[in-house]
Amino acid sequence: MTDKIPVTVLTGYLGAGKTTLLNRILSEPHGKKYAVIVNEFGEIGIDNELVVGADEEVFEMNNGCICCTVRGDLVRILDGLMRRKGKFDAIIVETTGLADPAPVAQTFFIDENVGRRTKLDAVVTVADAKWLNERLKDAPEAKNQIAFADVILLNKTDLVSAEELGEVEARIRGINPYARLHKTERAKIPLGEVLDRNAFDLDRILDIEPAFLAGDGHDHEHAHDHDHERGHDHDHHHAHHHGGLKHYHDEEMQSMSLKSDQPLDPDKFFPWIQDLVQKEGPNILRCKGILAFKGDDQRFVFQGVHMILDGDHQRPWNKDEKRDSRIVFIGRNLPGKTITEGFESCIA
Amino acid sequence: MSDTRSDTVSVVERTRAVAAGGAVVGAHFLGRTAVFVLGEEALLFAEPDGEERRMAVHDGAILASAGDGARIVSGGDDGKVVTTDAGSSRVIAADPKRRWIDHVALGPDGAAAWSAGKTAFVQAKELQQFAAPSTVGGLAFLPKGFRLAIAHYNGATLWFPNAPQAAPEPLEWKGSHLGATVSPDGRFLVTTMQEPMLHGWRLAGRQHMRMAGYAARVMSLDWTAGGRWLATSGATQIILWPFHTKDGPMGKQPRLLAPAEPRVEIVACHPQQDIVAAGYGDGMVLLVRIEDGAEILAKKPGDAPVSALAWSADGLLLAWGAEDGAAGVVDLG
Repeated sequence: MTDKIPVTVLTGYLGAGKTTLLNRILSEPHGKKYAVIVNEFGEIGIDNELVVGADEEVFEMNNGCICCTVRGDLVRILDGLMRRKGKFDAIIVETTGLADPAPVAQTFFIDENVGRRTKLDAVVTVADAKWLNERLKDAPEAKNQIAFADVILLNKTDLVSAEELGEVEARIRGINPYARLHKTERAKIPLGEVLDRNAFDLDRILDIEPAFLAGDGHDHEHAHDHDHERGHDHDHHHAHHHGGLKHYHDEEMQSMSLKSDQPLDPDKFFPWIQDLVQKEGPNILRCKGILAFKGDDQRFVFQGVHMILDGDHQRPWNKDEKRDSRIVFIGRNLPGKTITEGFESCIA
Repeated sequence: MSDTRSDTVSVVERTRAVAAGGAVVGAHFLGRTAVFVLGEEALLFAEPDGEERRMAVHDGAILASAGDGARIVSGGDDGKVVTTDAGSSRVIAADPKRRWIDHVALGPDGAAAWSAGKTAFVQAKELQQFAAPSTVGGLAFLPKGFRLAIAHYNGATLWFPNAPQAAPEPLEWKGSHLGATVSPDGRFLVTTMQEPMLHGWRLAGRQHMRMAGYAARVMSLDWTAGGRWLATSGATQIILWPFHTKDGPMGKQPRLLAPAEPRVEIVACHPQQDIVAAGYGDGMVLLVRIEDGAEILAKKPGDAPVSALAWSADGLLLAWGAEDGAAGVVDLG
């Protein structure tokens, strides 16, 4: 597991500052060597023998699943890069501004040969503080990129007022409350915040501020204390104020988080989640979870993109660690009630 | 049958070890000299008298290689196509944009083909190029008529490089086709796909064949002598598709040989007899007779995956190489 090469996927709408970030990554003295897969030669100002041009060729898998798409050129390029293993520490994949991140992420789960040697470290999305609000209205790609992100750089903050910044931040949070969000100027950020995040930043889903998510008064207390936090069946585009932070709900893209302090039954959970992504896969952009199964001393982690799920035991639960299970979904028009009831039925 | 094959007849002691010093990604023979293709930069020659020498041929990763007993053609991420014989190597093409040379193939009369991204090239008397509809996944010459099969997304194309007036023939099948091979009699084209399956076309009449049931993407395939069987990797046994009848494998079951715990990573068929050498994910190499499934152990398991296999033209030497840089030549004579 540990010798897998980490891969960072860099997305962001046209002009948001992806190339600036990439040039920063390549030029700062961090002592690491990156192989970079770019969509267009010539934009990188750094001479690096490990910069590879990609074609962004996306195709559907022949498995009857329409959302199951793969970047064919990435399979080829990663196969080739693996021949120079040892010459670089990590791989960065830059996508075009109009790209859907899903085929890139799915490539790592679907192609076994790629998955055996590399691991998706994080999807990093660069967003333009000045123009993102507009793009969220007219460009579905921009919304997908925000929904998909593990890390978001809200860039060009020097070009907007504090009020505008708060507005765009709230819009981002309305779509994806789980990503780590950094406000930057000229993509200036400590690179450790972007690279080598490990395991898709899974632990992040455990320490999200519950008040932020559940702040709109629907934190239902149940007999066995698992809370549902979902931005669903609400007045759309209706801003709430919680301690000064605006809170938006996006019309079509929502996130939901489910938690239980009771152990789950794996024989119930796996059939349920499989069935759910089979039925709702096209609408579920991302899901991730950390799970405590009954009689299992290991933490189980999983993540998914559309219909593709990938999971494994991560490590033993620590002695003083609360064995909570938590899963999050980000998607379009999520059937909140069905998902919540399904999850509850998996409790052992 | 245990996976250590401890009761299997062994020829392991006939092995001459070769320290390749880096991942072996291919193996070929030039006469009785075994040539190992290393992941980066060099070819390693293991001469019959025991001498070993290295020849630098690329300035980076070697992405593809093909050999026909007299020469080896290789493509690298330095954008170069290099042909090598026993004594020397020569650059036959250099991509002006330094695009990766992803695939190479050897044809009749000294012809060579290669691809960079979406463009396929053939060097015969002169250099010809063909713009494929998408990135080229694999190349294979047909045995007759100077035709090249080019695998790509949603099918393959048959191209006649010496007949510009002849329109390329598209063969359609949805999906990503990553490797191509043509049966020695020229009747069948088979591609490996992104999914764990093969797709085949009977070229006369354009019939489709779908060969599925693999555990993993098929990375290696080879025809037995005379093209009776197509041996393939991608499962925990050697999968052999029958091609000795008129319709090929249509409606027939494959033969499954030499089951083991790890997967078969690579196969190479004996040049005369119906014998397949198979390299496994645990480093084991077996020689398997197709007729009765009899096995001979050529390399013990317990190491890095086998990544290269080749037979000498007389079928008396077998070269193997592994991902960790271990390699050897087994003398069966």
